[in-house]
Amino acid sequence: MLRFVLRRLMSALPTIFIVVTLSFFLMRVAPGGPFNLERPLEPQVLENLKRAFLLDRPLVVQYGHYLWNLLHGDLGPSFIYRDFTVAELIGKSLPYSMTLGAWALVVAVVGGIAIGSYAALHQNSFVDYIVMGVASFGITVPNFVLAPILSFIFAVVLHWLPAGGWGDGGPTNLLLPVISLALPQLAVFARITRGSMIETLRADHIRTARAYGLPTRVVVVVHAMRAALVPAVSYLGPVAAAVLTGSVVVETVYSLPGVGRYFVLGALNRDYTLVMGTVVLISVFIVVFNLLVDILYAVLDPRVRYE
Amino acid sequence: MAETLLDIRGLSVRFSTPTGDVHAVKGIDLQVSKGETLAIVGESGSGKSQTMMAIMGLLAANGRAEGSAKFQGQEMIGLPLGKLNRIRGAKITMIFQEPMTSLDPLYRIGKQLAEPMMRHRGLTAKAARARAIELLKLVRIPDPERRVDSYPYEMSGGQRQRVMIAMALANDPELLIADEPTTALDVTIQAQILELLAELKQRIGLAIVFISHDLGIVRRFADRVAVMRTGEVVESGTVADIFGNPQHPYTRMLLAAEPTGRKAPPADNAPVLLEGRDVDVRFTMGGGFLGGKRLDIHAVDHVDIRLKEGQTIGIVGESGSGKSTLGRALLRLNHGTGAIRFGMDDISEASRQEMRRHRRQMQLVFQDPFGSLSPRMTAGQIVTEGLLVHEPQLSKSDRDLRAIRAFMEVGLDPATRNRYPHEFSGGQRQRIAIARAIILKPQVVVLDEPTSALDRSVQKQIVELLRDLQAKHGLSYLFISHDLAVVRALSDYIVVMKSGKIVEEGSTDQIFDAPRESYTRELMAAAFGK
Repeated sequence: MLRFVLRRLMSALPTIFIVVTLSFFLMRVAPGGPFNLERPLEPQVLENLKRAFLLDRPLVVQYGHYLWNLLHGDLGPSFIYRDFTVAELIGKSLPYSMTLGAWALVVAVVGGIAIGSYAALHQNSFVDYIVMGVASFGITVPNFVLAPILSFIFAVVLHWLPAGGWGDGGPTNLLLPVISLALPQLAVFARITRGSMIETLRADHIRTARAYGLPTRVVVVVHAMRAALVPAVSYLGPVAAAVLTGSVVVETVYSLPGVGRYFVLGALNRDYTLVMGTVVLISVFIVVFNLLVDILYAVLDPRVRYE
Repeated sequence: MAETLLDIRGLSVRFSTPTGDVHAVKGIDLQVSKGETLAIVGESGSGKSQTMMAIMGLLAANGRAEGSAKFQGQEMIGLPLGKLNRIRGAKITMIFQEPMTSLDPLYRIGKQLAEPMMRHRGLTAKAARARAIELLKLVRIPDPERRVDSYPYEMSGGQRQRVMIAMALANDPELLIADEPTTALDVTIQAQILELLAELKQRIGLAIVFISHDLGIVRRFADRVAVMRTGEVVESGTVADIFGNPQHPYTRMLLAAEPTGRKAPPADNAPVLLEGRDVDVRFTMGGGFLGGKRLDIHAVDHVDIRLKEGQTIGIVGESGSGKSTLGRALLRLNHGTGAIRFGMDDISEASRQEMRRHRRQMQLVFQDPFGSLSPRMTAGQIVTEGLLVHEPQLSKSDRDLRAIRAFMEVGLDPATRNRYPHEFSGGQRQRIAIARAIILKPQVVVLDEPTSALDRSVQKQIVELLRDLQAKHGLSYLFISHDLAVVRALSDYIVVMKSGKIVEEGSTDQIFDAPRESYTRELMAAAFGK
């Protein structure tokens, strides 16, 4: 298992390298630059800035330089927030994003699996139809639509919750962002769990468990749930990516000081190193989550062995 | 007469489907006495399994049971789940047809064995584990102390069925329901499982309801027999009565359903049509980009085989013996090595394009009459699809004409050619598959277990059809099967395979009447109970 983890981490390096390379060059293809401001800078100032950030050197040299620093764990200085390095900016904002993302993930996984299982056990009942209807709604409505609507209803009209801001990071501030971020993923989890649960409940070994007088609760929780979770677990990888990219939207709508907001600001301002830093962060996250999924697989299903 | 254990009166089972109710069991009466073995015999769809599922409260969600089934005086039909769960698994236990999937793949067998014991007898985990090891010993799982911690996937089908039997015996039940417990197993394993059940029955004295379609097994194993057909019990009585003096025509038909007849060998000077020399096939599993352990399987191990014109070679062996792989290698459908000659041509190195010329001469019929026909095409389209490739000059109406002729030849009503596969029964589907092969006027047909998924009476019809077609068109067959009764009726030469090698070969008479190798004798004994 340890060997497998190490091998997977090694094989992730080329992936991250390709992501870094592609984003580096793609960003440079986009028009504009970090110092194209509404009020043009003095030519001399511009010259000095470019020299300081190596922007006067050929692109390949800049690329090599970035890679070299990245290998040493240095994400470089921010072009726009000039007193900060990218690492400092991310370090400052990451806890906010992590809190938001972790809550959203918990709500999506726990809620989705619970709702999906319930619907499966009451297949074709009224509750099942309601639950799956809401789930379809959750999948079709993107969070950039959902977030402003929730904000409008609960903050602007009803005044129950704040419209944005982190505050003390308490439930009142977090509730709407977490729901906006979690709901689409919760809906997907509910659908996947329902489907695999229905299939598992028809399996021969479930019939065996019933034939041997095990109570329904044991049949469902011990025998059906574990098998039904396997497909849901495989969605954890994509969901981690979705929560990360989704947080870009949600953090912007609710003005939360997370990484997502820096990503948007960085992209708008052509803050090359800041965007690169967030890209590296997100790709590392996705790699780690997919690894986690594979490990969870082996935990859930003894037939899965990585050698 | 002994005390009645299970008393079924007027039991009906209905399934509500979108196209109306299906009446699966139509008010049957059955009694099982303490310690006796009742066999319920019938072909697929006769309602024999559903009768027992109804008593166990295991009907599918759309099924309902009516009538009465009293177990030790307790009414089982409509019993609340809580009370039902105190009986099933404790006093009535069950083993199923599917040993590969009846155990939960995610838990160790020790835990699965222990669960009902802890539930029904309040055993501690430790005591239940000790008893689980004892039970594994009882069903003769080798090294039970170690195997108790195995997962089901680490065991063979036969071993899993033994574990199921151990589970069924764990709480000293009064009644064991065995629903086709050996159907999915190889003949030699089947014999071992039956032997074990018979021995346990003697030793423990429990009553068994044995559901089976196989009369040979029933005869050896049961005290009384009930014959079911389309939801009704048509006849019941002692084994001696049913087998010695059957009253109902359906029972007589079932008893006569064993395929009969022999095939005469072709003339000695008949030319060799298909020849494989030193055929060798290996598969590699695992490996890949990130490494991992590779597993080499030697499926066919340097085999020589010669099929003469008009000959039928029966290739017999248990699952995994390489018989299907050999059949495919001879048709160049997998990556085998060795010299393969078809008629005058050496086809061992022929490319796909070169092979296309020969393909129409060499056809294949598969085991699974459900999976091998495209559900999106009509029977007529399926049968004539090969003509599109091999006789592209035919017009649509010509093809239709050929389809009608092929349908008639395999005993299907040509009017049904516009129906889809799901509208046909298993036997009819296999006829469609045969029509698809013979419409191209082939010389060789590889029949890969074409009768294994069919009921005995249907099997017999297919065997007769194949024999007629062979006589009429001078076909040569490679008949792959694990069913020795069918092989005997159809082949004039037999090749016995084990682990990729030919163990013994010879004329049908020689193999069946005087087998030389101990493995062949073992197979014969298992199949015919000699």
